[in-house]
Amino acid sequence: MLLQVKDVTRTFGGVRALDGVSLSVEKGAVHGLIGPNGAGKTTLINVLSSTIAPSSGEVLFDDRPVHTLPAYQLAARGMARTFQNIRLFPAMTCLENVIAGQHLVAPRPFFPRLFCLPSATREEKGYRLQAMACLARVGIEAKAHFPAKALSYGERRRLEIARALASRPRLLLLDEPVAGMRQKEVEDVGSLIRSLAKEDMTILLIEHNMAFVMGLCSRITVLNFGRTLITGDPDQVSRHPEVIEAYLGVSENHA
Amino acid sequence: MEALTQFFAIYGSLVNFIGINAILALSLYLTLAAGQLSLGSAAFAGIGGYTAGILTMKLGVPFLLSVVAGSVLSGLVGLLIGLPVLRLHGVFLAIATLAFGEVVRITVLNLDITGGAQGLVGIPNHTKTWGIYLALAVVGYAIAKLRYSRLGWCFESIREDETAAGAMGIDTTYYKTLAFVLGAMLAGFAGALYAHLNYLITPREFGFSVAVDLLIFNIVGGTRAWYGPILGAVLLTALPEILRGTGITAGPMRMAVNGLILLLVILFLPNGLVSIFRRSASKAKDSTLAISEEA
Repeated sequence: MLLQVKDVTRTFGGVRALDGVSLSVEKGAVHGLIGPNGAGKTTLINVLSSTIAPSSGEVLFDDRPVHTLPAYQLAARGMARTFQNIRLFPAMTCLENVIAGQHLVAPRPFFPRLFCLPSATREEKGYRLQAMACLARVGIEAKAHFPAKALSYGERRRLEIARALASRPRLLLLDEPVAGMRQKEVEDVGSLIRSLAKEDMTILLIEHNMAFVMGLCSRITVLNFGRTLITGDPDQVSRHPEVIEAYLGVSENHA
Repeated sequence: MEALTQFFAIYGSLVNFIGINAILALSLYLTLAAGQLSLGSAAFAGIGGYTAGILTMKLGVPFLLSVVAGSVLSGLVGLLIGLPVLRLHGVFLAIATLAFGEVVRITVLNLDITGGAQGLVGIPNHTKTWGIYLALAVVGYAIAKLRYSRLGWCFESIREDETAAGAMGIDTTYYKTLAFVLGAMLAGFAGALYAHLNYLITPREFGFSVAVDLLIFNIVGGTRAWYGPILGAVLLTALPEILRGTGITAGPMRMAVNGLILLLVILFLPNGLVSIFRRSASKAKDSTLAISEEA
């Protein structure tokens, strides 16, 4: 197991946002995390990436406890994430956003740059090509020199994925990667995630688009009121009576 | 040649002062580059200035060694202050560094070794104009190159979004402290040069209004490029003289004129004077890419 969550609880004042959640993510899986609004999905992702600390319980990454580490050390162990409310570097161009995301893989030492050594120029060219490749992967290489704040909503989400990919993570946490996207964009992100999984990247994603989740994920965990309802394959999950009641039934009625 | 000599006879001290102010503005720029609003730069310059001045004057330490000592001590104080204070953000950080600046000023005012309110008098006159401008060139070049090293990208990322920077693997506490300490060292360096310029330094020269002036240099010049603070420092330090040349005695009006310029820049050039240059640069880039979409 690449990632194990054991009995994690997180309270905010009197609210138990997570109430004894346990789940395991297999290496190479595309694991979906679904549940109604307020079920605790984003809180769980925040705990996993150490953006916030759990009140109790354990998170194991590579069988080692990581819930006490600061976020940057988790990233150094190979975990990257995107944010539900998109946290780009707005004043930078798209390419610069990805370059900033190369922090863990590109040392970019100061002194060779200070003395304009040819090795620094060569190395920098390589890094920039890699950054462009990340942009190409999410399909926004044409906008490499546009400021991030000039992008459309869907493009911003994709740029955030590109920036996360720049650190070559082993586990990628995506918080609503296709929210607000057009159908064509949703399909593109779907095939991107499939191709990442083929390269042995493990992906844990939150999404409300049920067709997207059911078609993409090999495992799905359903959260409701901060508790795990069920973990299973898409078939098991979509037939589970409590899931239908808590989530799918409601969303079908709305459709 | 004679004209040049005459120019220096009249404006020599102004030219020196512009150079020192530009280095001081760059020291604050280093801290601002990592998104940390500090009003402590003037106090760090004071620590560097008094340390170096006391060393050369009372202990006969060589000039260059005293400058290094002033920078290092200022950096150490920056580290001690920075570790607790950088837990604060934005305005709260500004207030805390402002308080630190007052503590330094009042300490210097009340110690015997610093000469109290009269200041430290009789510091040997070692700083030369070429020395100031050589230092400014080296510091400016290094900061320009720093921008595209890993350190520069870390500073920029933290300034843009600290949470996202942390999630990308940047140890934000470490890099924020580093930016603060580097800024303190550079301010101490500039202060040490300044101390050896005019035979004396007084506590008033490192007080609150100087801290604000340094911030204004950065805002007017712009903090999106290394030459912004230099532009701001040159323009605003020379302005009273330029105004005098046009027949307006700026004297008491100086602050009002500074305020007016600040207001105009904030209204029309929110990223400072550098945005004039950068706008034309990005227009050139866009036309070569031949992408018609308007940002």
